[in-house]
Amino acid sequence: MLLQLHEPGESPAPHESERGLAVGIDLGTTNSVVALARDGATEVLRDADGKGLIPSVVYYGDDGAVTVGADARRMILEAPDHVVSSVKRLMGRGTEDLKTLAGTLPYTLDVAADGGMVRLKVAGRTLTPVEVSADILRAVKARAEEAQGKGVDRAVVTVPAYFDDAARTATKDAARLAGLEVLRLVNEPTAAALAYGLDNAAEGLYAVYDLGGGTFDISILRMEKGVFQVKSTGGDAALGGDDIDHAIAERFLAERHKEHGIESITAGEAKQALAAARVAKECLSGRAAGDWVIEVDGKPSRHAMTRDELESLALPWVDKTMAICRGVIEDAGIEVAEIQGVVLVGGSTRMPLVRRKVRDLFGREPLADINPDEVVAVGAALQAEALTIGSDTLLLDVTPLSLGIETMGGIVEKVIPRNTPIPVAMAQEFTTYQDGQTAMAIHVLQGEREMVDQNRSLARFVLRGIPNMAAGAARIRVTFTVDADGLLTVTASEATTGVEQQVAVKPSYGLTEDEMANMLRDSLVNAKDDMASRLFAETAVEARRSVLAVQAALGADSDLLSESERQDIDAAIAGVDRAIAAGDRDAVTAASEGLEAATKTFAERRMDRGIRAALAGMTVEKLDDALGGE
Amino acid sequence: MNAPAAAQIVSCWSCKGPVATRALFCSVCGAVQGPGTIDHFTRLGIAPSFDLDLDALQRQYFGFQKRLHPDRFASKSSKEKALSQAQATSLNEAYEALKDPLKRAAYLLNHLGHPVDLTACGTINDRELLMEQMEKREALAEATSPDQIAKLAMEAESEVIACQCHISAAINASHLEEAGHLTIRLKYLAKLAEEARAKKTRALRLP
Repeated sequence: MLLQLHEPGESPAPHESERGLAVGIDLGTTNSVVALARDGATEVLRDADGKGLIPSVVYYGDDGAVTVGADARRMILEAPDHVVSSVKRLMGRGTEDLKTLAGTLPYTLDVAADGGMVRLKVAGRTLTPVEVSADILRAVKARAEEAQGKGVDRAVVTVPAYFDDAARTATKDAARLAGLEVLRLVNEPTAAALAYGLDNAAEGLYAVYDLGGGTFDISILRMEKGVFQVKSTGGDAALGGDDIDHAIAERFLAERHKEHGIESITAGEAKQALAAARVAKECLSGRAAGDWVIEVDGKPSRHAMTRDELESLALPWVDKTMAICRGVIEDAGIEVAEIQGVVLVGGSTRMPLVRRKVRDLFGREPLADINPDEVVAVGAALQAEALTIGSDTLLLDVTPLSLGIETMGGIVEKVIPRNTPIPVAMAQEFTTYQDGQTAMAIHVLQGEREMVDQNRSLARFVLRGIPNMAAGAARIRVTFTVDADGLLTVTASEATTGVEQQVAVKPSYGLTEDEMANMLRDSLVNAKDDMASRLFAETAVEARRSVLAVQAALGADSDLLSESERQDIDAAIAGVDRAIAAGDRDAVTAASEGLEAATKTFAERRMDRGIRAALAGMTVEKLDDALGGE
Repeated sequence: MNAPAAAQIVSCWSCKGPVATRALFCSVCGAVQGPGTIDHFTRLGIAPSFDLDLDALQRQYFGFQKRLHPDRFASKSSKEKALSQAQATSLNEAYEALKDPLKRAAYLLNHLGHPVDLTACGTINDRELLMEQMEKREALAEATSPDQIAKLAMEAESEVIACQCHISAAINASHLEEAGHLTIRLKYLAKLAEEARAKKTRALRLP
């Protein structure tokens, strides 16, 4: 039976040979990386200069040209209002969320847009973070296609483990806009653990400490015989090396103003100070002191800094990550001493301060034998291979944040607690508080706090059609389902009458289906073809599956058919094959229906025989064996 | 198991032939089947008991997930993806319910026809248990030195283990009424032990 599972469910599609392998993409705050796995061997895809990192920076020209990567980063100083960087920090965020990020954002926000998703003003255009991320992903896709010499349209994309539902959805939308099918969203620390664990044949409990440009994650995993089981995870989706850069830049700007006596900060000055801060931070990982020059409008200023000074600026942020680590260890229900290794991920873990603090907390030297900038993409590539070609390894992840519903008094009732293994479905019953109440507003929240306003609003919808009953009599069953990508869907029904309500969830900070459709239309020259070929592919997969199923049934029970009946079925199968080869979706659908009709009697006879055999005194256990039961 | 054998057979959604309701895959066409409504023990292929070998339980869980997890169906049809997600969800539910002694005791008692309502026992009608828990809670709240807290945490932990032994003995002797009371007791003991452990961790963290 295992063999049947690994048999590919379909013969190669006509386009399969032209189709490139699925890739792994680490869509980072500062840099993005794309990697490929072939027979378990991984390779980071590099440019002609051997660089694996693609700066997650996009330059929007006045002529509509879009440049991504190192060339765009060079434009930060020249044309700061045409460049977007660190856009990952805005994924799935609403305008009001940005109050907490105030002053740390190097771009102008479109304040006119009320509610919903944040929009950026760049080069006279208004863009959502999803569109900017899609531009980065297009560049990543182009690099993968160049490396393989083939079109690449499937990928595993990583997200911070602590990303909430809105940010995950935004990431998936961005990939879709870039023409990539997301095979799976994988949590960054989990991807890193996969790369590390397979490389080192690690067994036991491990911690993955991932401090990137804009996000922090810590996960505790148990690795055992090819199974990577996340025990607990935590983090901060708005804490990273960027914060340290800003602290340094603020100091540099204060020094500069003292020197030149300038009152207001220009965008160019801020971006240049940030660039100098980043260089200073990186330099001070290798040496004890240095000085850097900021020059704007012909006015230079010189800024000296020692590693000790840098560390005192960075300490509050690093201490924050340590507190989160302690909480996650406690959540895992383990002692620090049980952890056999700590893997470092993310460029910010190059800072000596971070390494020292991690070593002190975990009581052991941290592991960084795979390049911390590339390990996540490598893990994603391994997972992409596992999902498309097959594998014996298995990733079992958890929900990073609790999911709940608003109840009376603004209190959150948790439906799924954090660190619950996914996929998961859990239900909670609620009731009405007024006689004759026929509708109920459902507000879905994510977070750990007790009060609604301290948590993240994911969606609101109204359940209508509740039968007229006394207060407290209705039983509204709300079911939360989280899939293997960590994405949530919510359904609700009234239990006493069975009234099932189809609810359209309007995401609080996401794009609506209409917005998404418009963007797809605008962004893809051949959006129509793309959509059509996707629909055809899905229909063809389904048709091939039914052909294989009928063929398997013929192999087992063909004695139930007369010669002519058999010929009819064979003809119907040939019809499906022809329709698939012709690439006509409607013809495939029609041929599949034809096949179903041609096999109807056959299926009935097979069922009759199965039931007769069961009634003929076979024990249930034996029957299970005979029928493939466990 | 006394249901007529015919009721144990359904039609495979994919090849339309006969398949056992409990089958994970159709033996003819190999298609993954839905999770059905079997009990958690059967789902994980272990005999119903309170005394589970947790390593064996985990092996079973991993073994089933390796075959049924959505990652194994990423390039299959959407119907197969949905069924595998339902299977993996059911496996997670079963594993979560059985690996924790408190949830396992409650589930097993319910399975044996003697349900225990763990949510409704916010009102303890067992005076003795109530007094005992109040005293212990007070002692923990008043404890300040790390040694004191560590001692209380250890005591709480050993009471949890003792209570689990009693539950096991009661279930094995078919004293389900008693096992039910002990399970409610275990709920409070486990909560106290958890709080003591958390307080111990915090106490050790301070310089």
